[in-house]
Amino acid sequence: MADTMQFDLVSPERRLASVQATEVQLPGSAGDMTAMPGHAPTITTLRPGIVTIVSPEGTDEYAITGGFAEITATSASVLAEYALHVSEVTQEVIDRFVREAQEALDAAREKGDHDLVDSAAKFLADMVAMGGRIGLEPKLP
Amino acid sequence: MPSLKDLKNRIESVKSTRKITKAMQMVAAAKLRRAQEAAEASRPYAERFNAVMAGLSAAAAGSENAPLLLRGTGSDQTHLLVVMTAERGLCGGFNSSIVRLARTRIQELLAAGKTVKILTVGKKGREQLKREYEEYMVGHVDLSEVKRVGYANAQEIARDLISRFENGEFDVASIFYSVFETVISQVPTEKQIIPARFEAEEGEGEAIVYEYEPDEEEILAELLPRGVATQLLSALLENGASEQGARMSAMDNATRNAGEMIDKLTIEFNRSRQAVITNELIEIISGAEAL
Repeated sequence: MADTMQFDLVSPERRLASVQATEVQLPGSAGDMTAMPGHAPTITTLRPGIVTIVSPEGTDEYAITGGFAEITATSASVLAEYALHVSEVTQEVIDRFVREAQEALDAAREKGDHDLVDSAAKFLADMVAMGGRIGLEPKLP
Repeated sequence: MPSLKDLKNRIESVKSTRKITKAMQMVAAAKLRRAQEAAEASRPYAERFNAVMAGLSAAAAGSENAPLLLRGTGSDQTHLLVVMTAERGLCGGFNSSIVRLARTRIQELLAAGKTVKILTVGKKGREQLKREYEEYMVGHVDLSEVKRVGYANAQEIARDLISRFENGEFDVASIFYSVFETVISQVPTEKQIIPARFEAEEGEGEAIVYEYEPDEEEILAELLPRGVATQLLSALLENGASEQGARMSAMDNATRNAGEMIDKLTIEFNRSRQAVITNELIEIISGAEAL
């Protein structure tokens, strides 16, 4: 078994990373998962969170706001809706994410659609959790 | 015969026009590079997305529960045409050729007895189509305030389209835009985006059987709206690059024409100046002879 695999992180606007990785930790929507070489081919949706890439050169982290991942035995690609390197995520960015999530939740509540409220609330919680993970406390209104 | 002063004024005015077109050409060249980079940068995402979607939709296409966005409404009575053009003119035939393609399609559809609705993106296409088809227009997206077209813009348009689709406003949606081939060649193109069509790349990808988490249908339902946005984004970016390319070559032509005109006017100016001098000389000589 090969000990590294090709990892790509792309967003609609640019390619953020394309490296050889030994393992990649992904925030799957049904739970966190780690992709390693030889993983069974899988496609999963992602929730907002941190993608951790472990490569022979070290560890790297990216924050994503959702998207999906395609994993095969020899490669993994994350197609993120919006992605940033962790070092670029500042308090401001987190605050904006949280605010947007909050607005979506409020809008869903107004509509009274329970499914929408649930998913928006989950989205907001994920955003807050992501901020906590980086060590930024989002301001909650 | 224009006077010397008139000619001089005309030469001056053509010269300043040439300066302007030259400046516009250089601005377009700089913008073109940026637009091309943006289009290039979005390609890996779009390619992978389409590859995944092709696999997914092929698997789901037969099933009864396939999402509406993929399956379509089962009818093709009402067509929504999304005509994407530039916000500005002075870019040669760029806007007109997109509009021409859309117009041919509209006439075809109307002749076949279909209902046509038009959504315009970009001011120029709207202006041109409004003359004939105002009653079919259902909306307009204004991007004139947007400096850099991004995924957020595409998402907004996609959301609008999808909510119209869910309200049953149309059965089939296609976009009209220009594919950037080279600086001098942009190809107006029509592409159907709802119901979604994904072209699979031949060969690879087919053999792998993926596990899906959550299940296939849920993923598909989540990804399809994103697919619409992705396709819109690549169309917007292609269009952006095409616009700048078209403007660059149009302005290049204009600059060259202005140069030719200046040469012609200068020759004419010199000739008439010579004629004036000759005239004066004749007058002096004949005056002297008469004495």
